[in-house]
Amino acid sequence: MTRETLLTFAIRFGFLILLFCMVIYFSLSANGFASPRSAAFILQSVAITGILALGVTCTLVVDGFDLSIGSVATSALMLSAYAMVILEMSAVTAVLLCLLMGAIVGLINGLLIVKFKVPDLLATLGMMFLLIGLQRIPTQGNSIATGMKLPDGSAAEGAFSAAFLWLGRHRFDLFVEKLVPVPVVIFLITAVVIWVFLELTRHGRLMYAIGSNERAAALVGTNVNRYKIAAYMISGVTASIGGILLAARLGRGDIASGNNLLLDSVAAALIGFAVLGAARANAFGTAIGALFVGILLQGLTMMNAPYYTQDFVKGAVLVLALVFTFYLSAKRSAGGKT
Amino acid sequence: MKTCEIIGLKKSFGGNHVLRGIDMHLSAGEVVVLMGANGAGKSTLVKVLCGFHGHDAGTMHLDGVAYLPTDAANAISHGVVTVHQSIDDGVIPDLDVATNLMLNRLTEPGAGVLVRDGALRRAAQKVADNMGLTMDVRTKVADLSVADRQMIAIARAMAYEPKVLILDEPTSSLSASEADRLFSLVDRLRGQGVAILYISHRMSDIRRIADRIVCMRDGEISGMFEQSPLDYDGAVTAMLGHSMTDVDIGVQDGGQPILEIDTLALSRGSAPVSFSARDGEIIAITGLLGSGKSELAEIIFGLQRPKAGQMRIAGRAYAPQNAAQAVAAGVFMSFKDRSTNAVIPDFDIANNMTLPFLRLFSRATVLKGRSQRQAAQDMIRRLGIVCQSDDDGIGTLSGGNQQKVMIGRWLLKGCRVLLLDEPFQGVDIGARRDIGAHIRETAKGRATLVFVAELDEALEIADRIIVLNEGTIAGQHQNRNVDMEALIAQVSGTSGAQPRVNA
Ligand SMILES: Nc1ncnc2c1ncn2[C@@H]1O[C@H](COP(=O)(O)OP(=O)(O)OP(=O)(O)O)[C@@H](O)[C@H]1O
Ligand SMILES: [Mg+2]
Repeated sequence: MTRETLLTFAIRFGFLILLFCMVIYFSLSANGFASPRSAAFILQSVAITGILALGVTCTLVVDGFDLSIGSVATSALMLSAYAMVILEMSAVTAVLLCLLMGAIVGLINGLLIVKFKVPDLLATLGMMFLLIGLQRIPTQGNSIATGMKLPDGSAAEGAFSAAFLWLGRHRFDLFVEKLVPVPVVIFLITAVVIWVFLELTRHGRLMYAIGSNERAAALVGTNVNRYKIAAYMISGVTASIGGILLAARLGRGDIASGNNLLLDSVAAALIGFAVLGAARANAFGTAIGALFVGILLQGLTMMNAPYYTQDFVKGAVLVLALVFTFYLSAKRSAGGKT
Repeated sequence: MKTCEIIGLKKSFGGNHVLRGIDMHLSAGEVVVLMGANGAGKSTLVKVLCGFHGHDAGTMHLDGVAYLPTDAANAISHGVVTVHQSIDDGVIPDLDVATNLMLNRLTEPGAGVLVRDGALRRAAQKVADNMGLTMDVRTKVADLSVADRQMIAIARAMAYEPKVLILDEPTSSLSASEADRLFSLVDRLRGQGVAILYISHRMSDIRRIADRIVCMRDGEISGMFEQSPLDYDGAVTAMLGHSMTDVDIGVQDGGQPILEIDTLALSRGSAPVSFSARDGEIIAITGLLGSGKSELAEIIFGLQRPKAGQMRIAGRAYAPQNAAQAVAAGVFMSFKDRSTNAVIPDFDIANNMTLPFLRLFSRATVLKGRSQRQAAQDMIRRLGIVCQSDDDGIGTLSGGNQQKVMIGRWLLKGCRVLLLDEPFQGVDIGARRDIGAHIRETAKGRATLVFVAELDEALEIADRIIVLNEGTIAGQHQNRNVDMEALIAQVSGTSGAQPRVNA
């Protein structure tokens, strides 16, 4: 009886307690860790991954998976640069174009999966390769920056507008002057919106039902296809938001950036399974998962751990989280709230 | 003599004391039927016996030696083999039939590393033939019907050459002919000296197969019957704690026609089906496997298109293209085989129950958790669902209680046409009467069609009984002094000249 309560407690709060202990430990042992600047830095470092992870969470909820998010983000990065630098469009147009691109990619992913019955991993893997290739074609594989040479010999005249760069570089004042970067605010807003959508609305509840037993959900009259397509469209749009913010931070269409986006954001979403013992994809968990990785890496960096250990640490956290989720909740046997 | 002996066995889940000291034994060459109401603890006892759950107190012996299985594989190696109530525990849907049948060979120590497909398939074919399974052994199990899956799980259990065989509601999704095949296999194993524990809510099974009856109520043994002839009524009284009330239904003719079925062809070439279901009327549709029962239900619910003919609801043409359109038109359907078709395993009772009507339980798409819970609690009370609270995970409920949740789901809101496909799968006899009474009480304002294979169930609930055979109506009876012989003959299609009924 007491063992059981202990186990339940460990499953529910274990991960949050671990996070809390980690913060305390780094605050005591790494000088300057417990400061607003360092907190803002951590948030900044996880904001873009976090936004992508929230999108992939929606596809995990309907028991799908979106491998194309990383390439959607880099496509948005290149597209925004192309629109502003080469086509000399305004910031607003460029942003809208990117969001539209994300939505269309999501729609195509969704249609491939529900209409053409391509398994989700294959459909989105194909989309990933397609986009990685596509984004290189207009510039013959080059990065985009003001003054670059165009195929016709002239130089690119356009530039990233100040309004666009604001998205990636502006910092709001909070206690300290110029503390919170715009991407962090957008990350937090996205997290709240996705959380409300998944946890509190009937649409979110139906998406969870689809993920748990698709056939049963369809037989009570749920339009399963529409919800699945919606999940991939959300994922596409959030990925393009991530790409826009990345472009605004870099200030150039860098062909090589964003390599780690896919794996990092999937890791955050999977770590999220362990938070509060949810044992399934959830927005709160995903946000915490992203933060967890960010805090750990920042803390280790401040304690002078070499940069090349980073991926190893991420992997270790992921495995730990998965053990938390699946081993412990399997021990607790069939249960579950909601 | 005593192959398996259980003394003082106790098991709790949290504060829920499910087994409160069970004493019983199984003997070689004897079929013991375990009876008990939904949630009495039968499946829990089975899961302790087969090593799935640990226990809190008590002892188990096998052939006089202390028996304490560590897990399912360990139990099997002791010769204790189980077919679980939840069928998907018994088969691996992504593998083909041959591999599923031969899983035991693959896990045996000394099995080769490489799988030889040809040999595997031939051995599987032998097991399949033994069971009278006719499907191609290369079919993926996920593509089979629930009844076929159940037969595979049973076939594999038999192939282990068990010392103790435990069957937890094996017939709940089987047709009559499949059940007969199962019974003859059980007879054969009994002859070979296997000790068999058989759990069922179907009196016809119990009458056919029991050597001894043990009754369980609220986690305790409440009766044992071994004198032949067995006292079946006494057993029912012991399991329910009171004697069964006789059903006394005031048969209604119904009001205005609501659902009109007009020269509908259920399958290519079958004679057309026409009838109308009236307001307040409950029609039981019965027939054997392949009689067209499922086709009729699926056509009305929009999952299949009729080959010919049309339907009307309250005089207006009705031709749903999918489940969503049917539900929108006020046609609700509770499916058989709940674990594949109805249960959302990740959800609690309240969310499972309210799933089709989330729109009603939300304001501006935000769910109103409180009113969801209130509606669920109300239904839990009305149907007598045994649970701790409305936020119990659906997987912690006993099988029969899960089924009650699935029926309750469609009684939350009024509708024009209610279709119930095998609504009493896994529901105990007492609860079946209560639910039947509830369905009858609320029947006004809708037409109700109940699809059942068991004639007992049809007679208990319906105003009118329609018999289907080979895709067409073989007979109709008002449920007053029904001519049972004619009814049975119509079901089996042996009523001489095929009557052409077009009522
Ligand atoms: N994993 C579990 N966690 C919590 N409670 C459980 C769990 N499994 C079973 N129970 C509870 O134990 C009780 C007995 O369940 P059990 O499945 O043994 O009933 P049963 O006799 O097989 O009923 P049925 O005829 O409906 O199959 C139920 O009240 C159920 O809620
Ligand atoms: Mg049971």
